[in-house]
Amino acid sequence: MSQTHRIDAKLSAGQVDRSRTLRFHFDGVAYAGHPGDTLASALLANGVRLMGRSFKYHRPRGPISAGSEEPNALVELRSGARQEPNTRATVAELFDGLTAQSQNRWPSLRFDALSINDRLNSFFTAGFYYKTFMWPASFWEKVYEPIIRRAAGLGTLNRQEDPDSYDKGFLHCDVLIIGAGPAGLAAALTAGRSGARVILADEDFRMGGRLNAETFVLGEASGADWAKAAVAELASLPNVRLMARTTVVGTFDHGIYGAVERVSDHLLEPLPGKPRQTFWRIYSKRAILAGGATERPIAFENNDRPGIMLAGALRAYANRWGVAVGRRVAIFTNNDDGLRSAVDLAAKGVDVVAIIDSRADATLLPGIRHLRGAVVTDTAGRLGLSQVTVRHADGRSETIGVEALGVSGGWNPVVNLTSHHRAKPVWREDIAAFVPAGGESGLAPTYVAGAAGGDLSTHGALVTGNEMARRALEDLGFAARPSDLPRAEDAPVVLQPLWHVKGAKRAWIDQQNDVTVKDIKLAHQENFTAVEHLKRYTTLGMATDQGKTSNVLGLAVMAELTGKTIPQTGTTIYRPPYTPVALGALGGRARGRDFKPFRLTPSHKWAAEQGATFVEVGYWMRTQWVPRASETEWRQSVDREVLATRRSVGICDVTTLGKIDIQGTDAGVFLDRVYANTFSTLAVGKCRYGLMLREDGMVFDDGTTARMAPNEYVMTTTTANAVAVFRHLEFCRQCLWPDLDVQLISTTEAWAQFSVAGPNARNLLQKVVDQDISDAAFPYMAAGSITVGGLRARLFRISFSGELAYEIAVPTRYGDAMIRKLMEAGAEFDAVVYGTEALGVMRVEKGHVAGNELNGTSTALNMGLGKMVSRKKDSIGMVLSQREGMSRDDGLRLVGVKPVDPADALKAGSHLLKTGAAATVQNDDGWLTSLVWSPHLGHYIALAYLKNGANRLGETMRAVNLLAGTDVAVEIVSPHFIDPEGERLRG
Amino acid sequence: MRYSGFRILKEALTGHKGWTPAWRDPEPQASYDYVIVGGGGHGLATAYYLAKEFRQARIAVLEKGYLGGGNVGRNTTIIRSNYLLDGNEPFYEFSLKLWEGLEQDFNYNAMVSQRGIINLIHTDAARDAATRRGNAMILNGADAELLNRDQVKAMYPFLNFDDARFPIKGALMQRRGGTVRHDAVAWGYARGADSRGVDLIQNCEVTGMRIENGRILGVETSRGFIGAKKVGVAVAGSSSRVMAHAGMRLPIESHVLQAFVSEGLKPLIDGVMTFGAGHFYVSQSDKGGLVFGGDIDGYNSYAQRGNLPVIEDVIEGGMALMPMLGRARLLRAWGGIMDMSMDGSPIIDRTPVEGLYFNGGWCYGGFKATPASGWCFAHLLARDEPHPTATAYRFDRFLKGLMIDEKGQGATPNLH
Amino acid sequence: MIINHPILGPRDAQEFVYLGDASLIQRPDGMTASIEAFHDYTYLRDNSAGPHRELWYHEQGDRSWLVVTRNTLTHEILKVELARDVARAEGRSR
Repeated sequence: MSQTHRIDAKLSAGQVDRSRTLRFHFDGVAYAGHPGDTLASALLANGVRLMGRSFKYHRPRGPISAGSEEPNALVELRSGARQEPNTRATVAELFDGLTAQSQNRWPSLRFDALSINDRLNSFFTAGFYYKTFMWPASFWEKVYEPIIRRAAGLGTLNRQEDPDSYDKGFLHCDVLIIGAGPAGLAAALTAGRSGARVILADEDFRMGGRLNAETFVLGEASGADWAKAAVAELASLPNVRLMARTTVVGTFDHGIYGAVERVSDHLLEPLPGKPRQTFWRIYSKRAILAGGATERPIAFENNDRPGIMLAGALRAYANRWGVAVGRRVAIFTNNDDGLRSAVDLAAKGVDVVAIIDSRADATLLPGIRHLRGAVVTDTAGRLGLSQVTVRHADGRSETIGVEALGVSGGWNPVVNLTSHHRAKPVWREDIAAFVPAGGESGLAPTYVAGAAGGDLSTHGALVTGNEMARRALEDLGFAARPSDLPRAEDAPVVLQPLWHVKGAKRAWIDQQNDVTVKDIKLAHQENFTAVEHLKRYTTLGMATDQGKTSNVLGLAVMAELTGKTIPQTGTTIYRPPYTPVALGALGGRARGRDFKPFRLTPSHKWAAEQGATFVEVGYWMRTQWVPRASETEWRQSVDREVLATRRSVGICDVTTLGKIDIQGTDAGVFLDRVYANTFSTLAVGKCRYGLMLREDGMVFDDGTTARMAPNEYVMTTTTANAVAVFRHLEFCRQCLWPDLDVQLISTTEAWAQFSVAGPNARNLLQKVVDQDISDAAFPYMAAGSITVGGLRARLFRISFSGELAYEIAVPTRYGDAMIRKLMEAGAEFDAVVYGTEALGVMRVEKGHVAGNELNGTSTALNMGLGKMVSRKKDSIGMVLSQREGMSRDDGLRLVGVKPVDPADALKAGSHLLKTGAAATVQNDDGWLTSLVWSPHLGHYIALAYLKNGANRLGETMRAVNLLAGTDVAVEIVSPHFIDPEGERLRG
Repeated sequence: MRYSGFRILKEALTGHKGWTPAWRDPEPQASYDYVIVGGGGHGLATAYYLAKEFRQARIAVLEKGYLGGGNVGRNTTIIRSNYLLDGNEPFYEFSLKLWEGLEQDFNYNAMVSQRGIINLIHTDAARDAATRRGNAMILNGADAELLNRDQVKAMYPFLNFDDARFPIKGALMQRRGGTVRHDAVAWGYARGADSRGVDLIQNCEVTGMRIENGRILGVETSRGFIGAKKVGVAVAGSSSRVMAHAGMRLPIESHVLQAFVSEGLKPLIDGVMTFGAGHFYVSQSDKGGLVFGGDIDGYNSYAQRGNLPVIEDVIEGGMALMPMLGRARLLRAWGGIMDMSMDGSPIIDRTPVEGLYFNGGWCYGGFKATPASGWCFAHLLARDEPHPTATAYRFDRFLKGLMIDEKGQGATPNLH
Repeated sequence: MIINHPILGPRDAQEFVYLGDASLIQRPDGMTASIEAFHDYTYLRDNSAGPHRELWYHEQGDRSWLVVTRNTLTHEILKVELARDVARAEGRSR
């Protein structure tokens, strides 16, 4: 099919490159277009008006606009994993090889089975679904809802992974100018010439805004040429960044704007190494909103047929794209701008058969049949407009055959971006439209220029663009040079509001969601008159266009019904984004394995060489176990690591524990206040277990802290709380006790730290370190600075496993060498590396608490550590830990649990119930917090929190896991399963 | 007027002339027995149950804006009773049971849809916690299942199982969880309350409280003084502002929570899903939009709008979980004011002022609680004693050390 | 949001961690104050709608705790101070 509706280039060349042809397919049919086309302009050039189906009634639809406000012409662009549902054909830039499909129809766009809904429209009124489908109750999920869900939705998302990449970026500027129409360009020229850092962003692929769609003359040049020259000058300024194909989608606090740059959407696929889109965060000192205005329709019976368009869109297709949507067209208007459409179209050789002008007193337009005081009452044409019915001023009706109808109800300034900041728009009677609140509507002052501010002429746009730039520059201390604005048209807005043609049965307001005047009447009848009720009940303005062409119209109809003015009726709040944004762009590079950063331990490389299994612990990857070739089950590896450690020696990378150096003459006092127990009395060269509470008295964290020198301590925290503890200590230091002489620095990543545990721990380490570490020289809980082959190091004699154990720390960059050295030295002892699983087994065997017990709702008393909370000094959490609900003797206590029959398996998370009692919450006495298989004992063991647990040792209970249907007899025992007297660790 | 399919048929054939207003717009009377401050979900439900279940009369609901304009109209519509702690789970299970019969009860199709909710599990510790929680749910009479990785994959094969930073190891599922059409909840309760004689008074802001000798006499409003024997406040994010009229400081901060919806898509996600390793949860509405959310922005705010860091954080979570989402588009982001309490759990209690009652501190979980919150608050107002499932929701739990802290974060509201 | 750090100049709020009301600086003395006093300090908030003094921590920066005065209705930031200076001015010392 050839481009039957392309206007002769001599009459309207448009801004498409007719010397080149682009091939594309829509619904499997091949078409041709030109560079500069959108999918919509190219389809219209090929005589295709039908591009989609509406949401509810599945009415045939074509585009009503030539821009991003489009509610109807939504297609699935591309195919396969790159398929993009709901793409507006009116802004999809044509490229060679483009494919698109129509959506929300079956089996085809021309014949859609669900258009039966249109026949049944009298049942499907606004909110009908709230009133039915209630009986029988079970039918909702099984019958009604599946049918509704299948019918609803628009396009289809392919379930494959998006193959394209997306970037995020940050930009800073003095002045951000949003929109590159006449106002934006004028503002950019003024701001750019002053030397200010300027960003000019426009959603279109061609800057110039309406200048590209009009026949205006600016000075001596056509509007489009003036825009081209302005863009060329701006491009030559190093302080100006031009961002075409970039939609500013959201206004955020303090001058921050979000913007999407469609880097590759105009290509078949992104160039290698290029993202599909980039999401920019733009930090601006001042912003100038020059986003223009959107034309609005008038509602009348059957005003939604393909071929019925906004009048300004009809002329944009003719002027910019050289496309006549129809050979015979009519215009329906309530304002002078509609007449301009008629004039432009006629000049392009289009047969304008009539102007239906609702104003009886409009100035008569010569040369075209101008029917004043007339309205369109109905239309015909099943899949595209074929005729309109006109009611003349005298009441006579006439049908006129046309292919296209341009409708103009006036222009609405784009208030969305200020609305994002909840600045209420202001109604302006003279243009019968809302304008942005303007001035300081946001927190970084925002200026509004051009049509966006209600100055709808080209002259007004240039003047206000220049003026707002001047004000912004003045704010920022830049000198604005005098500007040389070209002469331009300055037509006044001449408009008599007409919102809908009365008497119509179904006159569409929100075309995508099929909201009609009738629906608004029903909402009024049922008292859904508040603007938000209207919106939510009828779904007005909730489609993918957020009601850009429909909201004001809907308000106007409701205002008529209630007898209020439009501003009294209210405004709906536009929300970000301005136009829908691909989730890929907002997700950026944070996908797959790159979702969050990896933190690797110093022994990671070595462990990987050994074939270790790693596990995610926050952002850390820790060695979970290190399997040997003969081991097929993870338990075999873990059991071996545990037994080998308890028999001889094991090594574990504990670098992930938080490490904080605390120095100053008040370091001891400071620690006394942040720990529940006392540290100022700790001897130099010793370490102590510390229990840290939150101010609410719950246990926050635990770890050992060593006194390395009189005024120098080294604190360790749990892996999970390393960051939070450091933040808390800084809070205490800076906010609570600002004059204490104490300094903090996190050294978690400065030291590689290894636990060396087991009866041969000392023998192994003595081979590595330079100092004597005999029990006499380095007793239990000793700490000190040592050297390893001359390298500075730290040694702590502490134990989490219950064995004779040390933790040795070397500067992180020596961590890899250290693990290799330790393993080499340990060879004679059959040293093993043990991972987090074996670590967990040994700490449960020993009865030490860890993450599952440090759950943020446990007190020291719950953990059996109540005596550690000193009342002789003030410390964080000391007072509130004494509240009655937290200091009950019969409250939860940490206990040990073992199966009565050693062969029985247990599950962590099982609840403890009294023997013989029903499985109800009344009999729920506690739960298993941590569970391991003890290779040492040969059965499962668990830690548990149990009500009144301190007094229930020896009791037989049931560990019940209702999720798996298990119910196991267990005995409550001490949590210290091995070596309760601690003989091993002192060995 | 009773709604039914038959009624729609009849109206369709007679030009829809018979539909009557869903509620009246009465002028406020000089005084009432009960004044409920706040015409959101909880306030409307309270009035409805006061009238219907507790047979009380002379009730008014005062709403500063429009009915259902608070969080009931701007949430992600999820219902569930998958709580852990004894203070919470019976209450939320009561709520879920009320949801299950709600539409027939108030004769309004709120589209209560029990399509199941899953909480994904990514670590062994999370599985242990899910086991404990699932057992607590069942012990309280709720339903719970622990799914393994393959069961999750069978349900949602398009999740990222192969290339994930935090692998999916299973899920805790509650099949009775699901979604509800949020606005319809407010409207159903409003209509039901109105038809039982409750005066729903919109555009009526409470500007003060008249308290004498420790007893409330009524409220000052933008439409004049309204006397009341009992005043119940259920104003969510505005709790601190309203209770300040009674000289009370609350254990509550107001924070902004953003929520999101995509463009309409053909059916993709059947139930509700939460991604524990990221800040992301999602369901798909009957209209086809993916409804999703994540963390609160984290700073005190009454602005009903948020900022980019959280928007990006949430969607990064979505992309990590479902890499296919790249080509779906975000349609709208909006913000609501959350009454974040100091332990993440609500308060339904008397106050030191006789006749003044408070319901708030719902954090971002208030929607699912709507029916039980209304019922329990009505119970407290009518009988002056707490409903059995809401006995723990007292002000003095903080003084007594009886916090109900599901997340174990302590008195830092933005972490709940 | 952008926080104008008294030492480092304007920084994106994303670099900071929020704690809450700056009244948390006024911690009672645990050796003398009652449980009630600690309850009020720990749990009760003015939760102002309007100017709000609040604590932010520059975690991805210089580790300063700041007291930011910010309007919770508009998010406008009216003042930014080092928390240590505020604490001292409010009489806190050792």
